[in-house]
Amino acid sequence: MSGMVPEQYQSASEIAELVATGEVSAIEILERYLNQIQEYEKDVHAFNLVTINEARAVAQETDKLIARGVTIGPLAGVPVAIKDNLCTKGITTTASSKILESWKPPYDATVVKKLKEAGATIVGKTNLDEFAMGSSTENSAFGPTRNPHDISCVPGGSSGGSAAAVAAGFVPIAIGSDTGGSIRQPAALCGVVGVKPTYGGVSRYGLLAFASSLDQVGPFATSVKDAAIVHEVIGGYDPLDSTSIKQAPESFLDMFDKGINELKVGVISELMGGIDGVTHEVIEQTNKAVSALSNAGAIVEEVSLPAALYCLSAYYLIAPAEASSNLSRYDGVRYGLRVEGANLNEMNVNTRTEGFGDEVKRRIMLGTYALSAGYYDAYYGKALKVRRLLAENFADLYKDYDVLLSPTSPCTAFKLGAKVNDPMMMYVNDVCTIPSNLVGHPAISIPFGSGKDGMPIGVQILAPPMKEPVMYQVAHALEKASQ
Amino acid sequence: MKMSDSISSDEVKHVANLARLRLTSEELEIFTEQLGAVLDHAKDVEALKLDDVEPMSHPLPIENTMREDIPSPMLKPSDFLSEAPVVEGGRFLVPKILGEES
Repeated sequence: MSGMVPEQYQSASEIAELVATGEVSAIEILERYLNQIQEYEKDVHAFNLVTINEARAVAQETDKLIARGVTIGPLAGVPVAIKDNLCTKGITTTASSKILESWKPPYDATVVKKLKEAGATIVGKTNLDEFAMGSSTENSAFGPTRNPHDISCVPGGSSGGSAAAVAAGFVPIAIGSDTGGSIRQPAALCGVVGVKPTYGGVSRYGLLAFASSLDQVGPFATSVKDAAIVHEVIGGYDPLDSTSIKQAPESFLDMFDKGINELKVGVISELMGGIDGVTHEVIEQTNKAVSALSNAGAIVEEVSLPAALYCLSAYYLIAPAEASSNLSRYDGVRYGLRVEGANLNEMNVNTRTEGFGDEVKRRIMLGTYALSAGYYDAYYGKALKVRRLLAENFADLYKDYDVLLSPTSPCTAFKLGAKVNDPMMMYVNDVCTIPSNLVGHPAISIPFGSGKDGMPIGVQILAPPMKEPVMYQVAHALEKASQ
Repeated sequence: MKMSDSISSDEVKHVANLARLRLTSEELEIFTEQLGAVLDHAKDVEALKLDDVEPMSHPLPIENTMREDIPSPMLKPSDFLSEAPVVEGGRFLVPKILGEES
């Protein structure tokens, strides 16, 4: 490996095979990635914490088990980075907020537990926009993450640390969370694969809640296959998450290599120029992806998703509304920061005023307003009706189409500081990704070429709930076409 | 950025108070402007006629989820108390509540 963005990435599946067969040790693999971190982390700042000692101990243990003939899971010896809003037992989990700066959870998130059981080596906690609120990772209380393709640019967000860590070759796999595009948009901006699973497909137990009806945990990887493998590891029913889907998913890899002949793909016209803000070069590149799928045998047609026009507004009422409720728990009583005051109310106010950053305060206030007496029906109530319209729009389209396609991000990575003082301008970054969250459907971003500035562009494949197999099938075909 | 009439600074002050946040006068001005811009954008949704549409609060049609009443391993109270800012006698300690204005 050399350079801040390695010329070639080693796949997680290859690493797991080499480690499982004893050809390469888990510790050798780990040290190679730690070297890359050592070299470039100071420029990228992908991590809030690198857990070097814990990772070495895990890798050595993996090697011992393999030497004894014990079968390890599908991620044997694969270094994985975890977004810092997922609980890791005894390891600081901050959500990149001062209010949780030194909090150590007493338990592992279910996804973390499953990764460990699959043989992964967890190497650290990645940076994010505070409480996952943002699209650039500039809203971190611990400083921004930078895009490894150009460190004067943002990596996207909110899972910018995870996306940058994979792009910079710090890890082959990272985990993020996606509430309005927080996995897919940074994946697009950093030139890696990112997946938002079906709502309820991956446990949210141990994910610090932002907007509970929208949040979903998913993988970053350097290939569609790696993403599917990790998705299978972290997915499945979890009795500890009351919104977890009991029905077992079909294998994500069975249809993977079957090609896409005769599959029907709808291209969402509203996100290809119908809504302002999607740049010309992104549309152009997405059209190349459309041609590539068509050349591979798919039937591709332009379709309309009318409610997409109102998704941004609906999302920025619903997500803050849920956040204002979820974040009321940070009150200085049970965990994290406490700033004392003369009475309980004053202590609550002092703690929250000092502990939260500006974007979090903005969203809490916006949500409180949208839910308050006199405005509830006009804002939150209306937004929930838009959500229903959107779900109906999607259901109609999926009667005729297997998957839908759109750009992932309206633009390539922008400069640090370019949008951070204008919230509305920042929110527009989520315009293509929000619809999937509002209805709980899966979607994936695949790197597909780059813009005039040389920065990566991502194309998004959307699928009906629990239809990840066809989503991965089409994504894989697109990936092959891009190479 | 132009000033919006969607929300006044008094309303922002009120929601900040409800959300247990204190704003400086400078912050109040900036937040009023920024929240106004977001609410202005939301006017497209506010203007829609959607009387016949059922609201959708969640992607899954889930109602109460109950597990079987079977004892299972749990974390100990001390696991949680050890991470609390102030603890006394096995409980979370808070400043006085009584005597507060409501």
